[in-house]
Amino acid sequence: MMVGGARRARDPREKRPWTFYALATLMGAFLLFLYGPMAVIYILSFQGPDGGVTFPMVGFSTTWFEEIWKPGQMANIPVAFWRSVALASIVCGITVVVAVAAGLGFRRRFPGSGVLFYLAVASLVMPSLLVGFGIGLGFRLFDWKPDLFTSALAAQLTWTLPFGLFAMFAVFNRFNRAYEEAATDLGASAFQRLRWVTLPILAPGIIGVAMGAFTLSYDEYARSTLVAGNRNTLPLEIYALISSSTSPTLFAIGTLTTAVSFLVIGGTLLFIRRMQRRRAGAARPA
Amino acid sequence: MSASAEPATAAARPAGMAAPARRKRRFRLAPRAISWLQVGPLAFILITFFALPTATFLVVSFWDYDRVGIYPDFMLDNYVELLTTPATYRVYLSSLKFAFIVWGVTLFLGFNIAHFLVFHVRSSAVRTALFLACAIPFWTSGIIRTIAWIPFLGRNGAFNQTLMGAGLIEAPLDFLLFSPFAVIVTYIHLFTLLMIGPIANSLSKIDPALLEAARDAGASRWRTMVDIVIPLSKTGIALGSILVFTQVMGDFFVVKAMSGGQSASIVSALATEIQAMQYPPASASAMILVVFVALMVAGMMRVVDVRKELVR
Repeated sequence: MMVGGARRARDPREKRPWTFYALATLMGAFLLFLYGPMAVIYILSFQGPDGGVTFPMVGFSTTWFEEIWKPGQMANIPVAFWRSVALASIVCGITVVVAVAAGLGFRRRFPGSGVLFYLAVASLVMPSLLVGFGIGLGFRLFDWKPDLFTSALAAQLTWTLPFGLFAMFAVFNRFNRAYEEAATDLGASAFQRLRWVTLPILAPGIIGVAMGAFTLSYDEYARSTLVAGNRNTLPLEIYALISSSTSPTLFAIGTLTTAVSFLVIGGTLLFIRRMQRRRAGAARPA
Repeated sequence: MSASAEPATAAARPAGMAAPARRKRRFRLAPRAISWLQVGPLAFILITFFALPTATFLVVSFWDYDRVGIYPDFMLDNYVELLTTPATYRVYLSSLKFAFIVWGVTLFLGFNIAHFLVFHVRSSAVRTALFLACAIPFWTSGIIRTIAWIPFLGRNGAFNQTLMGAGLIEAPLDFLLFSPFAVIVTYIHLFTLLMIGPIANSLSKIDPALLEAARDAGASRWRTMVDIVIPLSKTGIALGSILVFTQVMGDFFVVKAMSGGQSASIVSALATEIQAMQYPPASASAMILVVFVALMVAGMMRVVDVRKELVR
C-alpha cells in the first residue's frame, strides 16, 4: 500500500508555500497522536515489580515479560502465539495465490466480473463479527465442529482475500503491459511470460500483499472469535485476559506482539529493497 | 450456481474464437475462460464462506426458537420485535453519530495528510518513511491499540499528568476515559489510515502538469483544490469513507472497552444475543445491519464509480 512516487518537475529551490508548514504541523501532530498512547504502553510494560497499570513507574524491570513465559495464568500465551503464526502463514499463502490469480483474471472483462467485484466489496465491508456468526451458524446446522484451521481460516479469508484483490488492482494499475507484449513478441509462451516477466515485475507488490495478509490474520479478532473452536489465537487470548487481568503483563504482551509485527514488516521491507536494488544494478549497464 | 463449473462450459466453445489473430497456436482457451479459471478460487471461497453464510442467517432470521433450540419456520416475529424496540433505534442512532463524527475527522486528517505526502514532500525517501510511519501502528492488534489509550487518558493517565504538570488544569479531567470522547478518539486512532491510503493512491495518480497548468492559468490555490484535486481524488475519498464508515458501524470491541458501559454498539448488542444462543433474533438484527450498511455503501458507490477507477 505504498504511495507511488509522484512525478514532480518543480524547482527544488522554490519557496515553500504557507500550506506546507500548516500541513507539516498537522502531520507532526498526527504522528504524536498515533504514537503517544503506544509509547505509553511500551514504557509501562517495563514497570517495576511493585508498579501498576498507570504511571508513575515504580522502578524498571522485565518482570512482566517473564510473567508471560511462566506457567500459570499466562501459560496459554506462547501456545496461542504459535497457533496465530501458523494460521497467519496459511492465510497468507492462500491469499497471495488466490488474489494474484484473480488480479490477473480481472485484467480482462469477463461475464460475471461485475458480480464478483461487488461480492468482494460486500465481503470487505461486512461487519466482521457477522462473518463469523454466519459461518458458525452454517457449521451448527451441519453439525460440524468449528475449528481454527477450518471455520476460523475461512472467516479470515473473507477479509484478507478482498484486501489482497484490491491491493492487486493497485499493483496492476502501475504495471506496464508493454513488457508482456514484448515477451510475447519474442516468442515466450503464456507460462514463460508469467513466470519470467509478469511475476518478477510484480514481486514487490505481491510481497506487500503477503505481508498485509499475514498481519491482518495475525491481529484478527472479531471474525475468528465465534468460530475458533476451543483453540484460541493470540488476539482471542489477549481479549480474554483484558477482562480478568489488570497487571502490566497485558502491556508486555502488547509490546511483544508489536515487536513481532515490526520484525515481519522490517524484514519484508529490507527484502523488497534488496530486490529492487539488485534489479536497478542489473539494469544500469545497458 | 457454482462458479468453478463455468470455465468448463466456456472451454467447450470453439477454441481461439476470440483470441487475437496474431497468436498462432492450435489450441487456445477463450480469454474469458482463462479469466474464469483465474478468478475461480476467489469466487469459490467468497461464495462458500461469505455469500452462503449470509444466506444462512437470512434464512434463520425467519426461524422460531426457544431455550432449547432453533426450529425451521417462516415468521416475521424476530423482525417485528426488533423494529418495535426503542433500544434498536437508540443503538443505531448512537452508532450513526459516532460514524459521522469519526468520518468527518478522519476525512479531514486523511485528505490533508495524503495531500501533504503526495504534493508537498519532495524527496521520495522521506515520503515513504512518513507513509510507513502512518501505516506501522496499523499492524499492531486493534485490541492492543485500544487498550493503549487507557493508561494514556485515565484519571492518573499520562495526558492528565502532562496537563497538570504544565499548570494548564488543576484537577484531572474526568471525561477523557470511559466516555463517548474516548470512543471517538480510539476510532480516529484506529481508522485514519483507512482514509490516508486510498486518498494518497488517488492523489498520486494526478498529473502534476494539471496543477501547473491551473497555476499558470491564474487559478488560486483554493480553486485548484476545489476544481481539480478534489474531483480527481473522489474515488479515494469514497473508498476511504466506505471503509471508515463500515468499520465504525461493525465495531464490536471499541465501544465495549472505551465507553465504560455508557453506550452499546449494534454488534455488541448482537453478540449478547449470540452468547445467549438466541440465533433467530440475532440473525434478524444481523440482517438489518447488513441491509443498512449495504444501502449506505451502495449510496456512496453511486456517487463514485469505484469499480471503473479501480479495475482498468
